[in-house]
Amino acid sequence: MRRYTLSLLWLLSLAGLMLGGCQSIPGPPPLAGQQAAEAPAPEEPVTLVLASHDSFNVSQEVIAQFEEMYNVKFQYLGLGDAGEALNKMILSRDAPLADVFFGVDNTFLSRALQADIFLPYESPLLAKIPDEFKLDPEHRLLPVDHGFVNINADRLWFQEQGIPLPQTLEDLIRPEYRGLLVVQNPATSSPGLAFLLTTVGYFGDPGYLDFWRALRENDVLVTDGWSEAYFEHFTVGSGGTGDRPLVVSYTTSPPADVLFATDGRTEPQNVNINPPRGTFHQIEFVGIVKGTQKLELAQAWVDFMLDRTFQEDIPLQMFVYPVNPDAALPELFVQFAEIPQDPVELPPEQIDANRERWIQAWTDVMRE
Amino acid sequence: MRRTHPLLYLLYLLPLLFLAAFYFYPLLAIFRISFAPEGRWTLTGIAETVQRPLFWQVLWFTTWQAAASAGLTLVAGLPLAYIFARYEFPGKPLLRALTTLPFVMPTVVVATAFTALVGPSGLLNIWLQALFDLPRPPLRLLGTVWIILLAHVFYNVGVVVRLVGSFWAHLNPHLEEAAAVLGADPARRWWTVTFPLLVPSTVAAGLLVFLFCFTSFGVVLILGGLRYATLEVEIYRQAVSLFNLPVAAFLSLVQILLTFAIMALYTRIQRRASLPLEFRPAQGVARAPRQRGEWLLVSGGLVAGLAFLLAPLLALAWRSFTLGDQGFTLQYYRELAVNRYGSAFFVPPMTAVGNSLLVAAGVVVLGLFLGTASAYLLARPRSRLAALLDPVFLLPLGTSAVTLGFGYIVAMGPWRASLWLVPMAHTLIAAPFVVRALLPALRGLDPRLREAAAVLGASPARVWWTVDVPLLRSAAIVAAVFAFTISLGEFGATLLLSRPDFPTMPVVIYRALGQPGLLNYGKALAMSTLLMAVAAAGIVVIERFRLDAVSEL
Repeated sequence: MRRYTLSLLWLLSLAGLMLGGCQSIPGPPPLAGQQAAEAPAPEEPVTLVLASHDSFNVSQEVIAQFEEMYNVKFQYLGLGDAGEALNKMILSRDAPLADVFFGVDNTFLSRALQADIFLPYESPLLAKIPDEFKLDPEHRLLPVDHGFVNINADRLWFQEQGIPLPQTLEDLIRPEYRGLLVVQNPATSSPGLAFLLTTVGYFGDPGYLDFWRALRENDVLVTDGWSEAYFEHFTVGSGGTGDRPLVVSYTTSPPADVLFATDGRTEPQNVNINPPRGTFHQIEFVGIVKGTQKLELAQAWVDFMLDRTFQEDIPLQMFVYPVNPDAALPELFVQFAEIPQDPVELPPEQIDANRERWIQAWTDVMRE
Repeated sequence: MRRTHPLLYLLYLLPLLFLAAFYFYPLLAIFRISFAPEGRWTLTGIAETVQRPLFWQVLWFTTWQAAASAGLTLVAGLPLAYIFARYEFPGKPLLRALTTLPFVMPTVVVATAFTALVGPSGLLNIWLQALFDLPRPPLRLLGTVWIILLAHVFYNVGVVVRLVGSFWAHLNPHLEEAAAVLGADPARRWWTVTFPLLVPSTVAAGLLVFLFCFTSFGVVLILGGLRYATLEVEIYRQAVSLFNLPVAAFLSLVQILLTFAIMALYTRIQRRASLPLEFRPAQGVARAPRQRGEWLLVSGGLVAGLAFLLAPLLALAWRSFTLGDQGFTLQYYRELAVNRYGSAFFVPPMTAVGNSLLVAAGVVVLGLFLGTASAYLLARPRSRLAALLDPVFLLPLGTSAVTLGFGYIVAMGPWRASLWLVPMAHTLIAAPFVVRALLPALRGLDPRLREAAAVLGASPARVWWTVDVPLLRSAAIVAAVFAFTISLGEFGATLLLSRPDFPTMPVVIYRALGQPGLLNYGKALAMSTLLMAVAAAGIVVIERFRLDAVSEL
């Protein structure tokens, strides 16, 4: 049917237009493996690729410093949330996506180590880092930062209502705290999982389920993710429209209330409630990816991450604490983000072995 | 019948190659790794999965909620489609653009808007409590199936209004008038004349909505709470939190096979229902409402429909100016341009807008090109191949984003982190909409028109230009609007790797929502409002081509 000939011409011209229109999109970056083969001239900066979850953040000047020190171009790839990111790294083991991966936490540590996708590296800076953070004795995964999942309370709300702040996990199921707490679904949210693990460690298994039954009866609200809980329902985070003065969040959230305030306040409206053995310690690790063609650069990056410049940059960019004690904390963190002394203890192997069972049992209880 | 020109086969081949490269190849790669990790095929875990009652519950819920959502969307959308097709009124292009707007919004943002409106402390509840002096919020929708259905209708009404409306606008009103002259009352005219003619586009719209809801993820998780899980939610759980790839792949396969079966059924209905029709320019069909009854119908329908569609979006925009307790403020918009703590991944807002528009423009062009080629291939009469391919072209819409995203990681080699993959992946989702928008019009094209033109001495090129193009133009504009909005709102975190050097508007929204602090929340709301404004402006611009089309006729 020749009548289609012009449709062909039309479509081809569209194709031309399309190619012309898209030309400003840069082509694919050279992959980790291909680059070494090209043996770049010494002046040409090579690219070091860091893969991480979507929450990775760092200062412009800190990156510039690293790029200058090693004559390297730094590239970051976001791979989705923490679980997705690790799985994508495991799936791409035969043709690695990146030279370095950052963002394995202690709840995913066992899966990451079992997959055997990281090279051991005994960084000289490890000597400075307290042993409590070094969960992999072979140093395939090295600690970079840590944080605590806890309960944030709206200081002003409790003052106005004349109700004392809750002090223990058991307080949360007392009638005066009915309908005040919002938590996250542990199946889809990392702080949600951390809080569930806190209750498992504190009340034991299956005792934690009784606690959750009581919490459910006390009208706890469960959201899918941290953003909905904090910005929609938490009275402080929502700017006043939420109706829950207690939220599962991080010990570092109060400083953010000052840092990102709109009214120039100098004291956060939310305060940390760190019940005894009622907070969860999250440690985040970095690892050099097996199969990297730039081992030395990757090691240099890991050293750089553990050294003072990067470590001091961590609090304001990612809202967690540095693991290197040499790094000074911002004043607001010292004042309002106190580090809990006795977080709940739950070994990574136990978490990995039981996580799904605990989540499933929790889901069943909450659906009852 | 003359032979098909060989170049045409090449043209038909392009959409198939596209599907092969960006859909089947990555999908097969992830299936191979999932089912045969050591090179040998194993099916452990699958038998167990099938035996669990949860599997069947999820399967049943996924299907019925999608069917119910599609049905409700049709019920809500058809009256609006009628008003837009048959009546002229001031502000029509803008109002029509607004019906498509929900389609652009990222799920998290829509969920926020819904909670702000019908949540326990939402506006509606506060009003109702004040109005009737109630002690507790009367609307308790969060965590129920109703809010899932409501959100699905909200998202998809635009699909029905656009797809059916554009087809309806070109139906010849003489058919109905003839029936009226012959004594048929309005109900009889609707059931015997109008509705049968609308079946192809109605079914096409209903089907797209069904597919969209069939793979629903964010809406179900965020608004539905713990009680509800679709196949997509279960795939995410298996693939990401359990890393149980065989079961995740099996569930994806079930999802794809169900999609294929339903699509194949639809294709049969569609082919039978399509008739060559005499299209009219929309201008000749639509007219201003005349009697008071018509005015009431039009204004009442528009107010009700737009209130439902716009209330959540307006609530959201309102918050972006009033968040916190300082009254009306533009500080969140100003904050968009501030890199407060010197982040290396800061994006000036105009860069994000520019990136989003660049990708969306690419998707419109590529989507129209591939979609038009596919539609011509599918519209070939009595072609067995076309009958088989029809459901295949829809498969990407019914496929798990998590699974396909993992497939890209495994299969795409050096292209995995390429920015070129962004418009390609968006096109994969947009092309089915283009095909569905064009097919009813293309199948309804009366072949005698082309024959008449040819007899009068027009070259094939001229026939295409003077017959096909004007008649398809309106459908092509609808298609372009969908391609544009789909691309603009696509976050694609599960499907693609994100590159901080090329962030789009949804990426900025999600990054702002990742950190505590009122300015971050305000920033996310401001960027969402900006996204709405850019989408509305883009749609209105695309719509302008429609006016030219009319003047040509």
